[in-house]
Amino acid sequence: MAFDSFLALLAMEGHAPYVWSAWGLTAVLLIGSALYARAERRHLLRDLQRRQRRERHAGREDAHES
Amino acid sequence: MQVVEPKAGLGVAIAATVKRDLTLMLRRRSEVINPLVFFALVITLFPLGISPDTELLAAIAPGLLWVAALLATQLSLDTLFRGDYDDGSLEQLLLSPQPLPALVLSKVLVHWLLTGLPLALMAPVLGLMLALPVGSFAVLALSLALGSASLSLIGAIGAALTVGLSRGGVLLSLLVLPLYIPVLIFGAGAVQVVILDGNAAPHLAILGAQLCLALMLSPWAIAAALRISING
Amino acid sequence: MWAFIHKLGSPKWFYAISARLQPWFWALAILLLLVGSVWGLVFAPSDYQQGNSFRIIYVHVPAAILAQSCFVTMAVAGVIFLVWKIKIADMAAAVIAPFGAAMTFVALFSGAVWGMPTWGTWWVWDARLTSMLIQLFLYLGVIALRGAFASRDSGSRAASVLALVGVVNIPIIKYSVDWWNTLHQPATFTLTERPAMPVEMWLPLLVMVLGFYCFFIALTLTRTRNEILRRESAKRWVRELVAGTARRG
Repeated sequence: MAFDSFLALLAMEGHAPYVWSAWGLTAVLLIGSALYARAERRHLLRDLQRRQRRERHAGREDAHES
Repeated sequence: MQVVEPKAGLGVAIAATVKRDLTLMLRRRSEVINPLVFFALVITLFPLGISPDTELLAAIAPGLLWVAALLATQLSLDTLFRGDYDDGSLEQLLLSPQPLPALVLSKVLVHWLLTGLPLALMAPVLGLMLALPVGSFAVLALSLALGSASLSLIGAIGAALTVGLSRGGVLLSLLVLPLYIPVLIFGAGAVQVVILDGNAAPHLAILGAQLCLALMLSPWAIAAALRISING
Repeated sequence: MWAFIHKLGSPKWFYAISARLQPWFWALAILLLLVGSVWGLVFAPSDYQQGNSFRIIYVHVPAAILAQSCFVTMAVAGVIFLVWKIKIADMAAAVIAPFGAAMTFVALFSGAVWGMPTWGTWWVWDARLTSMLIQLFLYLGVIALRGAFASRDSGSRAASVLALVGVVNIPIIKYSVDWWNTLHQPATFTLTERPAMPVEMWLPLLVMVLGFYCFFIALTLTRTRNEILRRESAKRWVRELVAGTARRG
């Protein structure tokens, strides 16, 4: 282990702002893109389900009219 | 009965395209002159924005001249296919039995003759105003002439991709300017080397190599891009 | 061989096979990234010259490698789409472009942040950073061009052509920028080129690179599946699939 304590790890011998900002941005972008992909899938499925329900509904009304 | 089609070879088609484009462009004289005026204007802005100190200007002149010439070429690109697209003659070009890359190459040739070449010839005059050493004028003009041919070829790809879009202007710059960087580096480098009493031949050779590469590859890309813009 | 490629090109088949593959890639990505991060941040020894700021290497280098791989992958997908009209390839290319741009940005940002303790300035016109910046512009161009077309198919084909033009140009740009850099600032201390990194330092780097690749594959699979749902929503198998998920959840 390269550090004596957890605080030493956080401090990075004075390089903390550099190391943690670089790692932080990377983490934010990676986690963000993963979460985005999941949210995108949910949205899509919900939209498609709604559209299908609407179409079924519309189809039934057409049947009534004819 | 057999229908005999007139045998018009590829050479005839290319010559006809070149002649037609030259005539059209020379009729719209402002489109030829505007990039040149733009070039002179941008160069005028720099001493006003930086300082009239001749030593400083001479040091940055190669880069300034090259960047300004590059932007001037860039500005003229939007009209390269626009007129033909609007009046439908671009579709005729696509339908012609001759290979499209060759026809497209002749259009690019006209573009270079009427923007790149005049810019190259005009650059020494502006170089004079920026206190560029007189000995470097020949290399400046030569590097611009060689380089702007590559710029026309690369830029035509972008112009062909964006010709179908109603507001393609800014997008065109975004697509094309990054691809201009190698030409800029070696073009401005050639002039810089001459100022430092070096030999510019390697730079000019690399500019020539870039032109060869662009000549080989870009006609196909331009043709493909035009097909997408027309059919899509 | 051809049958396999055409099968792979069918969205339905791809959707099924990727469903089985993607959990593995996600799991592998999370595992490798966690192991690599802890290893690189906590256990790897600090550099005798740069101290702890060198730990930025564990995100900078994988991001830079991925930024380039993404562009090549995107261009290859573009060729597959242009030549064989395989729609999956274009869906993948559409999904890869923003991720590649994000990775390029990470590489640029971490490079700049690394430059501060190493060179004393945020930005140095270093050859690698400069060509990364140009690559970011190329990515942005491809993304913007795809979005500019009203018809999706034209946008796809235009973006494919541009990606191809870009991939031909990237080596030329890199070469000229390297050349330009050596002319203007000789013998700068580069960030990553160093003689013989010890094993304890490069092993976690290797883990991180593999982790980034797994993440890239997993994300591309997941988002390509989303893209399939979006573009093929009128197809019967997608409608049945959507109806099925509705009943379940």
